[in-house]
Amino acid sequence: MASLNVNGQVRQIDASPDTPLLWVLREHLKLTGTKYGCGVAACGACTVHLDGEPIRACITPLSQVEGKRVTTIEGLPGGENNRLVQAWIAEQAPQCGYCQSGQIMQAAGLLAKTPKPSREQIVAHMDGNICRCGSYAQIVAAVERAAGGR
Amino acid sequence: MTKNATQAAGIGRRGFLKGSAGLAFAFALVEAGDVMGQGAPARLNAYISIGTDGTIRIAAPAPEMGQATNTALPLIIAEELDADWSKVVVETAAVAAAYDHPIFRAQFVVGSLTTRGYWMAIRTAGAQARRVLIDAAAQRWNVPAGELSTEPSAVVHKASNRRLGYGEIASFAQMPAQLPEIRPDMLKKPANFRLIGRDVRRWDVPAKSTGKAVYAIDVQVPGMLYATLARSPVMGSTPRGHNGAELTRRPGIVAVVPLAQGVAVVGDKIETVLAARADLKVDWSPAPGSNFDSDRGRKMYLAHVRDPAGQKVVVGRRTGDANAALQSAARVVSGEFTTDYVYHAQMEPLTCVASVTADGVEVWTGTQWPSRARDDAAKAAGVPPEKVKVNMMPMGGGFGRRAQLEYVVEAVEVSKAVGKPVKLMSTREDDVANAHCRPMTAHKIDVGLDAGGKIAGWRHRIAADLVVTQVYGQPRLDAQNGVDHIVMAHADVPLYDVASHLAEHVYEAPGVRSAAWRGIGAGPNAFAIESMIDELAARAGEDPVAYRMKLLKDRRARTAVEVAADMAGWPKASRGETGFGIAMSRLGVPQLGESIAVTIVEVALDRARGNIAVRNMWCAADVGLPIQPRNIRHQVEGSLVWGLSAALSERITFKNGAVQQQNLSDYEVLRVSRLPKTEINIIRSGEIPLPVGELGLGTVAPAISNAVRALTGKRLAALPFTPDRVRATLA
Ligand code: FES
Ligand code: FES
Repeated sequence: MASLNVNGQVRQIDASPDTPLLWVLREHLKLTGTKYGCGVAACGACTVHLDGEPIRACITPLSQVEGKRVTTIEGLPGGENNRLVQAWIAEQAPQCGYCQSGQIMQAAGLLAKTPKPSREQIVAHMDGNICRCGSYAQIVAAVERAAGGR
Repeated sequence: MTKNATQAAGIGRRGFLKGSAGLAFAFALVEAGDVMGQGAPARLNAYISIGTDGTIRIAAPAPEMGQATNTALPLIIAEELDADWSKVVVETAAVAAAYDHPIFRAQFVVGSLTTRGYWMAIRTAGAQARRVLIDAAAQRWNVPAGELSTEPSAVVHKASNRRLGYGEIASFAQMPAQLPEIRPDMLKKPANFRLIGRDVRRWDVPAKSTGKAVYAIDVQVPGMLYATLARSPVMGSTPRGHNGAELTRRPGIVAVVPLAQGVAVVGDKIETVLAARADLKVDWSPAPGSNFDSDRGRKMYLAHVRDPAGQKVVVGRRTGDANAALQSAARVVSGEFTTDYVYHAQMEPLTCVASVTADGVEVWTGTQWPSRARDDAAKAAGVPPEKVKVNMMPMGGGFGRRAQLEYVVEAVEVSKAVGKPVKLMSTREDDVANAHCRPMTAHKIDVGLDAGGKIAGWRHRIAADLVVTQVYGQPRLDAQNGVDHIVMAHADVPLYDVASHLAEHVYEAPGVRSAAWRGIGAGPNAFAIESMIDELAARAGEDPVAYRMKLLKDRRARTAVEVAADMAGWPKASRGETGFGIAMSRLGVPQLGESIAVTIVEVALDRARGNIAVRNMWCAADVGLPIQPRNIRHQVEGSLVWGLSAALSERITFKNGAVQQQNLSDYEVLRVSRLPKTEINIIRSGEIPLPVGELGLGTVAPAISNAVRALTGKRLAALPFTPDRVRATLA
């Protein structure tokens, strides 16, 4: 049994220490907002925060997150009123939507450190997150909007 | 999860009204005309129910792949119903004949034909419901129905200044025995549209921005086991043996199930199953494709288009006698092009949850073809289709891949074998290994010019694997006289002034998997055709835009070229290492109307590295009647991104019949850092919504090739334009 702090709650997990955090979140805890896309840190669909930093849950074993704070899209402050979520809705960013939790969590990591990022900073920070539907322009616009830039 | 519309609306299997808490409309409608010529008229039942509180429930009949048809279709119904959109609740329909696409006669999403296909039927459904409400109000007020009008969600009698909300009417109205007849001329005039043409927000966006949207991969049902599978690396190869006995001794592994073309590992936890999958060893039988090597294949395909003697050749499109015209031409200009295999890389790996019990089968899956999913699941479980319930989940991308359903069949087989509900999920590695690709193609185009430089004949020979047989089966290909409409899509040039035309398909049979891929044949074919047009302009010493304007006879196409040229500020001279190129593509089928896109790109070339950076894209998109302009821009931009991604980096290669790439780390799809500044101008050209979801994709690769030609005089003729190929071409 491992104990895990997810979205402010301590949860007990019956999984071996090398289990990727992704499966613990999705299948053990039913926090399915975090998505599986590649399993090798190539797409960003599984992005969550570890002590406030965006990480790829698919390559992060359970043993590495014990005693740390994990935040998933479900734990994003404000829920639908979160400014990033609001910006995502305003820009109508999602198409199939599958990549968007990861995109939002990645963007949240940027704004936490750099409240007014330049376009170049946004692009550089978001480059690990694939959107196969091609909603990149709306994603960048939404980050700019959330940062108060539009 | 969205509720099943038939349950929510209190409608029984046969579509009759149950209960009295409001009105539910069940329609059996006929689409005007029989456009696809398939016999009996198309039928559609659209369900609208109105609660006494004024809530209007509208069933979205098509599975949502990301193109927002599940907003567009209910919106069109709401338009004709004159509903207050804020009172509308969209529900995902059940899989039932009542919701069939009027042309396909199935719930089936392909070819960007969803909105186009349902258009008249659902408008009629909405109008019919509105008429029932008006009649009910007329009866209550005892005034002629002709004196009544509607405002959003209310019937109004102007003369007496009375109004009744739809919810109020629902509390007393009776369903008429006979539904009122709605003729096309009774539908709303476009000038009166309140919702169509406005930027109404997609209803699914909040859930998709908060992680709450539930895809098949997110479904959990009680007692469910997890499964993943190794599919045969070569199409048609079967498992001869495996180390399943060893794996099932591991704690948590319940079974190892051999299937026709795969071996599934089943267990109680996903992580245990994935670990066992990594150690699964299978001995595969040889198959026809076992020796296929795509690099050798490309050369062979090229040899076949140069000289098809001895190959199976099928005429796909023909106007006049192009061969004769080529023989008598003053001059013949030829070009050769190739495109490599590409993979869908839909972000949600193929997943299906299936539960086979003594009572029947239930599946939860994202599929473009729910009707077939039901039928295939029934066959796999050995039950009649009525015993199968398919829950249409939103798709984490489809792009043609989810028109094939092997993952549904396999999930049902595994659930049946283990006697428990099963979530069968592909790993990304297995999804790539099992890529059903847009086929590799080789093209030879011969253009015969008369003494005055006019095009007298155009022959386009395309060597490519068959796709129709793999999506629909051999009988469909036979019924089409061997014409693979997926491969041959838009291989013709009807918008240009071309006196005679011939497009031929040289069949290739490499024994690898193929599929419809966003834009289908338009991708490779527009690449060849639009590069060729540019080549003709260059050799005539003419500006590519001016040359096109001379050659284009179609009014809409001319407008699209003008709009794009205007946006880009054409004529643009190449400056330093920056060049400009233009290309056009079409989408749709002629009988239903085609949309047109014209794109101009600005390309920056790094000759030493062979790197291409697209700085700007300007796209004019004629979509007929735009339903949701902003969403259309997003869809067209998505298509352009696809086109760009395929042009620059996407490539699957085969060795010994097996895919060589492994994951999204070596199958490179476009990332945000390579995104050009993109401007899209939507052109409204009519009163029918034309196909959108794949529009523009085919323009990008030829526009880039044309820009590089303008810059260097050299022609990039092999997709994708990888740095090594670019360097080799420029050398
Ligand atoms: S699933 Fe973790 S980065 Fe792709
Ligand atoms: S919205 Fe489909 S992958 Fe990003």
